[in-house]
Amino acid sequence: MTETISDTNVETWTLRGYEMVVGLEVHVELATRTKLFSASPNRFGDEPNTNIDPVTLGLPGALPVLNRQAVELAMRLGLALNCTVQRSTFARKNYFYPDMPKAYQISQYDEPICIDGWLDLPGSIRVGIERAHLEEDTGKSTHIGGSGGRIHGSDFSLIDFNRAGVPLVEIVSRPDIRTPEQAKAYVSELRAILVAVGASDAKMEEGSMRVDANVSVRLPGADLGTRCEIKNVNSIRSVGRAIDYEAQRQVGMLEAGESIRQETRHWDENDGRTHTLRSKEDADDYRYFQEPDLVVVDPDPEWIERVRAGLPVLPAARRAQLAAATGQPADAEAILVVTDRDQDAYVLTVAEAGGDAARALVHVKEAFAEQGERPAVPAADLARLTRLEVDGKLTATQAKQVLAEIVAAGGGDAEAIAAAKGFEAMDTSELEAMVDAAIDAQPDAWAKFCAGEGKAMGALVGAVMKASKGQADGKAVTALLERRRTA
Amino acid sequence: MSDEFPTSAMDIAWNVRNNVTSAADVLERHLSTIDEREGDIHAFNLVLADEARTRAAEIDEAVSVGRDPGPLAGVPIALKDNMCTRGIPTTCSSKILDGWRPPYDATVVTKLRDAGAVVIGKTNLDEFAMGSSTENSAFGATRNPHDTTRVPGGSSGGSAAAVAAGFAAVSLGSDTGGSIRQPAALCGVVGVKPTYGAVSRYGLVAFASSLDQIGPFAHDVGDAALVLEAISGHDAMDSTSIRQGPLDISRQLMMGVAGLRVGRITDLPEGASPDVAARLEEAFDALRNAGAEIVDVDVPAFGYGLTAYYLIAPAEASSNLARYDGVRFGHRVEAPDTNAMYMATRTDGFGAEVKRRIMLGTYALSAGYYDAYYGRALKVRRRIAADFAAAYEQADVLLTPASPTVAFHLGDKTSDPMSMYLCDTYTIPSNLTGDPGMSVPFGTGDDGLPVGVQVLAPALQEARMFRTAAELERSAPR
Repeated sequence: MTETISDTNVETWTLRGYEMVVGLEVHVELATRTKLFSASPNRFGDEPNTNIDPVTLGLPGALPVLNRQAVELAMRLGLALNCTVQRSTFARKNYFYPDMPKAYQISQYDEPICIDGWLDLPGSIRVGIERAHLEEDTGKSTHIGGSGGRIHGSDFSLIDFNRAGVPLVEIVSRPDIRTPEQAKAYVSELRAILVAVGASDAKMEEGSMRVDANVSVRLPGADLGTRCEIKNVNSIRSVGRAIDYEAQRQVGMLEAGESIRQETRHWDENDGRTHTLRSKEDADDYRYFQEPDLVVVDPDPEWIERVRAGLPVLPAARRAQLAAATGQPADAEAILVVTDRDQDAYVLTVAEAGGDAARALVHVKEAFAEQGERPAVPAADLARLTRLEVDGKLTATQAKQVLAEIVAAGGGDAEAIAAAKGFEAMDTSELEAMVDAAIDAQPDAWAKFCAGEGKAMGALVGAVMKASKGQADGKAVTALLERRRTA
Repeated sequence: MSDEFPTSAMDIAWNVRNNVTSAADVLERHLSTIDEREGDIHAFNLVLADEARTRAAEIDEAVSVGRDPGPLAGVPIALKDNMCTRGIPTTCSSKILDGWRPPYDATVVTKLRDAGAVVIGKTNLDEFAMGSSTENSAFGATRNPHDTTRVPGGSSGGSAAAVAAGFAAVSLGSDTGGSIRQPAALCGVVGVKPTYGAVSRYGLVAFASSLDQIGPFAHDVGDAALVLEAISGHDAMDSTSIRQGPLDISRQLMMGVAGLRVGRITDLPEGASPDVAARLEEAFDALRNAGAEIVDVDVPAFGYGLTAYYLIAPAEASSNLARYDGVRFGHRVEAPDTNAMYMATRTDGFGAEVKRRIMLGTYALSAGYYDAYYGRALKVRRRIAADFAAAYEQADVLLTPASPTVAFHLGDKTSDPMSMYLCDTYTIPSNLTGDPGMSVPFGTGDDGLPVGVQVLAPALQEARMFRTAAELERSAPR
C-alpha cells in the first residue's frame, strides 16, 4: 500500500510544552540480481530454502565475496541522498539466533560506505542523513504452536534461508524530525528516491523496506531526552501513529515524575500502543570486530563520478518541474501522486502535444491509477480532450465521461466520442432557459439565495443539472445564477 | 619400500605420466604401509581406500589413452581433516561436526584433483586446529612415527605423521600459528606456510581467518614446491586471495644461496633447547659455506607475537565457531528451548581447549575490554609487521628454530596450556605479518629425534625461501 502525505500544513507537534525528537533507521533490501556475498538469487517469494548455498547457510569453510552491484546500488542511493561515499570496511556483529546462519551478521560498523547527507522534504524541511551502510539480511523464522508467533513458548520453528544474505542498506537519519507528519513524509520521500534510482522496490508490505524509529521528547532547547527505539512499524501510516503514541507516552511519564528507560519497544498495530521488547540492560554485547574474510571497499573517484552521472532526475526535481508546468504547488496531492506513479513525464508530454497541463494532471491522477509509467493512451489524445475543456466545448463532467471511454479503448478522438455521446457544447441560451426555469420553480430558494444564504444555491444548481441530465457545466450554472442575482 | 620404487611426489608423477609405474601400484604400496603402521600412529581420521582406488584407475586410464593427468599424476596425498571434501565427512576432529558431509570441495581439493593427485585420506588434528600436539582430538592422539611415545606436534600432526610414516607421498596442513611448521620439525619432514592469500582458504574450516593458511608437507623441498605450485593462485571464492597466478618456485630451487643475505635475529626470544640451538648455528654455518652472507638484524617486537596471537586468534575463533549451534548441521543435543539447545550442544560438542579459546576470545572482544585486549593486540601486530619489514631491508631471509624442542612425550604438556602455547613462539610472527615461513629438517637432536630449521622470507618471496631451504637440505647433517 502506498500512502502519501497530505497537503495540509505540517504543524508543530507539541504536547504540554514538550516537543518530540525523532530519528529514523530505515532498512531497505537492494534490488540486486544475487545476494550480498554469494551467487544465490536475491528473489522474494520463492519456495523456502531454494535460494541457498554454502555461504548463505554459513557452512564451515564457506567465505563471503562482496557483490559489486550491491556496492554500486548503495553508492547510488547514498549519492541521491547527498552523502559522501568513502573508504569502508565490514565488521562482524556477533549474536546467536537460529535464522542467523553464521551467528554473526556481516555489517558495516565504524566505517560505513555513505556518510553525511540530507533529504529535503516537501515544505522546505531538511532531515540530515548520518550514514547509509551495507549489511546482510537474516533468514526468516516462522514459530509454530504456542502463542503469538513468538519463538518463546512455540512448539517448533521453521526457518527459510532464502532471505539470508540478501543485501540491505540501513539508512540512519539524524534526529531532525519533529512531527509524525514529517516522519511520514521522510519515509515517503525516501521510498520515492530509492525507487527512482533503482536501488530497491522499497515495499513495506513485503518487508523490502523496514522502519525503526528512535523517539524521545524534551522541552524545546533542552538536551536530548532518553530515547526508545520502536520496531515493527510496517506502514507509513503506522510510522505516524507509533511515533505519536510513543511521544505521548513519554510526556505522560515525565509529567508523572517518572524517568524514561532506554529500551526497544514493539509497535502493536492492533491496540495502537508500544510495548517493551527489551531494555538496554538486556541488550546483547555484539562484540564487533573487523570482518577478516573481506577486504576494504574503497571506490575510486572515477567510479563514484560514473555512478553520480548515472543518477536519474530525482522526485523532488520532477515534482518541481511538474508544478511549474501545471501551476500547482509542488506539494499538491496530485503532483505527489502522479510523480510517485512515475506519470509526471507523461503529463509533460501531454502539455508538449498542445494539451493543458493542469487539466492533464487532474485526469492522470483520477483516471490513470492502473496505467503505470507509460499509459496506453497517446498523449495527443489526452491533449485534445483537455483543449476541448479549456475551450469550453466540454464540461468537466462530460470530459470525465469521454476520458473513461478513451482510457477503456486505450486511446481515441475526444471530439468524435463527444459527438457520438451528443455532448455538443450546450448553447448558452438553452442553459439560461434552464436556470430561469429553476428560479421560477423554486421562489423560496431563490429568495434565500438572494438574501445571501449560500446553501440555497445547491437546490437551484441541482435542478438545472437534473434538467440537463447532468450535462450542464456546474461552474457555468453558478456563474449564471450570480449574474441573475446581481442583475 | 624398495629403492627402485618411486617415493617422492616428483618421481611418482614422472613415472605415472610416462607410464613407467601405474597410479594403482603407487596407491597399493601406500595403502599397505598404512595397514602395517596406522594402528600405532593414528594419522588418519578416515582412509579413503575405495575412493582413492577409483581415482587411481581414472588416472591410469587417462595415461593409457595418451592424456596427461597433470603434475601430481598418481601422487597419494593426505588432507588435514579441516578441508572440505564433497560428500566425505569433514570433522575437524570435533564431536560437534559429527555426521556432517560438506556439499562442496575446498578450492585446494579441486586444484589437487585437476593436477592428478589421489586423495588417500583425511588426517587427524587438534580439534579445530587448536593445539600443538594433536592430542586435542575427539578421536584420540596421533603419535610420532619416529617414536610412538611422543607427539607428532600439531595441530596438523596427522598430516605430518602421514608423510613421515610413508602413508602418503605428500599432505596438506593448515597453519594459523605454526601448525604446519612445528609438526614438520617434530616429524622430520618439510612443512610450508605460504604467504597469506597465496593459497585459497575457500573450504578450509576457519580457526582464525586472518591467520589461517594452507600449505604442504613433503619428504623434500622439491616435492613441497611442486604441491605449493599446484594449490596456489588466485581464487574468486576467497576475497583475501592475492590476485596473481600460481607461485613459481621449482625452477629456482637449484640456484643456491651465493650472495644471499641471511638474517640472524639478535633479540630472538629464548627457550630453544641446546640441541636445537646447536643445529641452528650449524645451519648458519652451512649457508655461509655455500656463499651466503650472515647478517644480524633486530626484530624487537618478535617476543610480543605470542601474546598478541593468543588474543587475536581466540577472538576470531570465538566468532568463527559460533556457527556450530546445532541448528543446521552436525551434532545437536535436544533441549526444551533454543538457548538450552545451544548450550547443551556446544557444551557436549566442543573439547576443553576449544572452549578455553572461545571464552578467551569472547572476553577479549567484549564491550569495555576490546581496547585493552583485542585493540591492543592489533597494534602489536602492526608493530611486528613494521619490525619485520625493517629487518627485510637488511636481510633477504631469516633463520630461526621451527620448534624450541624436539618431539615431546604424550601428556607432557596437556595439563599446562601455557607450556603448550610456547611451542609456537618462533612460528607465530609470520602468521601475524602474513609472510611465508617453512621448516626444513636439519639433523637430529636429543634422543636422535629430528630438528627443523625455520626459513622466513618477505611476502610472496617463496622462491627465495625455498632456495635457502634447498641449500639446507643439501648440507644437512646425515
